[in-house]
Amino acid sequence: MATKSLKGRVHQLAESTRQLDFLKNGIFAPGGLLPTFEEKIKQSQSLPLRPKTLEILQMNLGYMCNQVCAHCHVDAGPDRKEMMSRKTLEKCLQILEKSPVSTLDLTGGAPEMHPDFRWFVAEASKIGVADFIVRSNLTILRANKKYYDLPDFFKAHRIHVVSSLPFYKKEKTDRQRGEGVFSQSVKALQMLNKVGYGMPGSGLQLDLVYNPSGAFLPANQQALENDFKKALKQDFDIDFNQLFTITNLPISRFLEYLIASENYEEYMQRLVDAFNPEAIANVMCTNTLSISWDGFLYDCDFNQMLDLKVVSPVQHLDDFDLDQLQNREICISQHCYGCTAGAGSSCQGAVV
Amino acid sequence: MKPSYYQSSDLKKFKNISDWSPDLGKKFFDYYNSVFEEGALSAREKSLIALAVAHTVQCPYCIDAYTQDGLERGVDKEEMMEALHVAGAIRGGASLVHGVQMMDVYEKRSM
Ligand code: SF4
Ligand code: SF4
Repeated sequence: MATKSLKGRVHQLAESTRQLDFLKNGIFAPGGLLPTFEEKIKQSQSLPLRPKTLEILQMNLGYMCNQVCAHCHVDAGPDRKEMMSRKTLEKCLQILEKSPVSTLDLTGGAPEMHPDFRWFVAEASKIGVADFIVRSNLTILRANKKYYDLPDFFKAHRIHVVSSLPFYKKEKTDRQRGEGVFSQSVKALQMLNKVGYGMPGSGLQLDLVYNPSGAFLPANQQALENDFKKALKQDFDIDFNQLFTITNLPISRFLEYLIASENYEEYMQRLVDAFNPEAIANVMCTNTLSISWDGFLYDCDFNQMLDLKVVSPVQHLDDFDLDQLQNREICISQHCYGCTAGAGSSCQGAVV
Repeated sequence: MKPSYYQSSDLKKFKNISDWSPDLGKKFFDYYNSVFEEGALSAREKSLIALAVAHTVQCPYCIDAYTQDGLERGVDKEEMMEALHVAGAIRGGASLVHGVQMMDVYEKRSM
């Protein structure tokens, strides 16, 4: 398993333009084996894809992470230094005060590694959003003593913790996320349970995210949640609220894996075959805006990683104007098939 | 002719068997889909049974399909291999249990 990001390895796929070239050519070239996403959604009369009411503001605080997961769509890792400046964080607070969003979603990398993380969480929770999510990779809670009190900090601010755990057993988890990740994740979940997270009646929401550990789609979310609940309770006495299944999108390190393992074409075929027209109405770009560390605006975190900025006169926080933004067309490419396969996929799990 | 009797791309054409007999094809696929729904057995358990049977009938399409289906359902490799051993044990046992017949005949015909 690689210990550096694509960028750190100076891999050609570190460039978003190379990824987009890949997604546009070959099987998706004009007259190619598979229809482009645009062609596909045209058939279901969903073109152009436009946003509905903005509900979720997702802020990517930076690409630094203590892990280097094989499937990471962010290409995060310890070698990534991009981080949101204090000025941009302040700007986000101003926008949060003015906009009608009901969910604030902090992601990364590992957002907890941002030096202003606690300050920002405290400030944002003063403004008050109905649902304040922090996406935690779990191992960060165990990575250093300075993070050990994070469960209490989360609790004090009524944070909704959403954590990745690709499987309820060691082997699959460690193969995707790195040696030792499973046992550290179990300890972190126990720490969260100890302060009340995921416990019945506590009101402290702890959800888990499942990504397939390979070139296949997630099965039924409810069935997997039942299996996770049973196994984690039985083996480690762990409780949690919901499981979100997320399909791996063919970008960044997952794209690298697909190509290197010669799974790319079959995986794309699988996504196209599993296209569900019902999912298109609820893809997350229809109610989310994603903000990058440097203050640019994107339809979603995936488009951020492909550097597909919003198609709007407003592309940066400095010019933020919600009415103008809501008028835009969403920028799509073949990676979008990951959001519409089967029961669909979003940061909140299945969409149909 | 194709270079091999089995083409992995043929799995996707499975539904084409309905082309020459739509009514029976429809009945078959309706039945097939119902069989694999959640029931007294979970869909996950049924997937493992299908994997074991696929190895017993040695169908490369079904082996491909139900290995992937198992991966999607979170079946791990130990579970898959144990299911195969069940198939192997029943297959081997089915041969060996006929040894009783062999032994009977042997004894009957021998002095
Ligand atoms: S998937 Fe999450 S935990 Fe893993 S490297 Fe990427 S950001 Fe870090
Ligand atoms: S990848 Fe982003 S833009 Fe494409 S469908 Fe998914 S959420 Fe929308």
